[in-house]
Amino acid sequence: MPITAQLETVSKLYGTFAALRKVSLTLEAGCCYVLLGENGAGKSTLLRILAGLLRPTYGTITVLGTSPQEARARIGYMSHAPMLYEEYTAAENLRYFADLYRAGPCLSPEDALRSVGLDPALTRPVAQYSQGMRQRASLARVLLSQPELLLLDEPFSNMDIGSAHQMLDLLARIKAEQRTIVLTTHQRELAEPLADSLITLVAGSVNAVVDKARSTTVNA
Amino acid sequence: MRRPYFVTHLLKDLRLEWRSKDAINSMLCFALLVVVLFSLAFDPTRESSRQIAGGILCVATMFASVSALNQAWARELRHLVLDAQRMTPAPAASLFLGKVLANFLFVTVVELILTPVFIIFYNLHALGNGWLLALVLPLGTWALVANGTFFAALSIRTRNRELLLPLILFPLFIPALLAMVLGATAILTGESDPVLWIKLLAGYDVIYTTICLLLFEIVLHAE
Repeated sequence: MPITAQLETVSKLYGTFAALRKVSLTLEAGCCYVLLGENGAGKSTLLRILAGLLRPTYGTITVLGTSPQEARARIGYMSHAPMLYEEYTAAENLRYFADLYRAGPCLSPEDALRSVGLDPALTRPVAQYSQGMRQRASLARVLLSQPELLLLDEPFSNMDIGSAHQMLDLLARIKAEQRTIVLTTHQRELAEPLADSLITLVAGSVNAVVDKARSTTVNA
Repeated sequence: MRRPYFVTHLLKDLRLEWRSKDAINSMLCFALLVVVLFSLAFDPTRESSRQIAGGILCVATMFASVSALNQAWARELRHLVLDAQRMTPAPAASLFLGKVLANFLFVTVVELILTPVFIIFYNLHALGNGWLLALVLPLGTWALVANGTFFAALSIRTRNRELLLPLILFPLFIPALLAMVLGATAILTGESDPVLWIKLLAGYDVIYTTICLLLFEIVLHAE
């Protein structure tokens, strides 16, 4: 299977604090990887490095055959924050971002919103959305550029169980399109059916990798 | 033909400001207070007004602008919108240029409202070519806004950014401030030729805007 991203002994230091320690991973195309771990384990740092928003202090990283910075436009990154202007409606936000992504393949803002189950005609600003709606609007922004690699930081946080399952169904559809998904969560039982691989981080290091497809467990 | 990226950023900022009016309202209140308080404190005659008016107008605009420039990237920082913008293929310089143009328009609106108030309170009548103020003020404003927007971006990841921005900005802005004040005073008093100051402001704007545009990508992606 083609490789989407490869990390070799990647470390990230903030002063003397090591947020990531010698992480080596290979992410294959069309697979879903679930990053598990306690708060401060390094999950978000790892996602931000894959997104090209942070540079590793040590180690090498290749995403979609190049550096993450070069591949940024082909990566979709969803943070725990909505990454949208609160004063705008979801459709206005997406129109703005669609204009910035126009150099590459891009969904229409209306199609992106419909794909996550939001009404493009909604006139309320994002500030008045529920947490679940914000998460879906944020995912619609990610889907806009039709990324090959989706990095989702806590996509189910603060969601009720119904909204979380809707999000899960949507991610299953995205995975079926042979796109790679890396997501972090504290709700292992929720993400497990979608996952091809469960990666547990402890204090910045990969502690265990459970490969469901091959039924193997590797303890680092 | 598609519109340039900086126009997309500019229109977004204009729409957001149109809805909230945060920047314009705060700048206008602050600048009006400075102008009125100075007028009451000094009670200047028509003659002394011409000598000090240029300085007061420029300083009032400068302090008012800094309060707004400190918030220039606040919306982008809130909810990590800046990270979403960093992920797009649009060039960083276009984000900077759109933001500078938006801030320039906001400060210009404040100046347009402030100037008639200023003329009334200070009983002003220009003895030189009054229309040259329409060159001095925008050129000085651009110098302030271009540098201010750049350094506001530079200081967004620091803890004391409200303090840091004026500390970095004001020393660099002094040549433009002097040219702006001396140019405005020369126009109001008619005692000297303001052209030299206008040329200096234009040169300053070209040099600093170019440097900011070239360096903004590094600032935007700095950790």
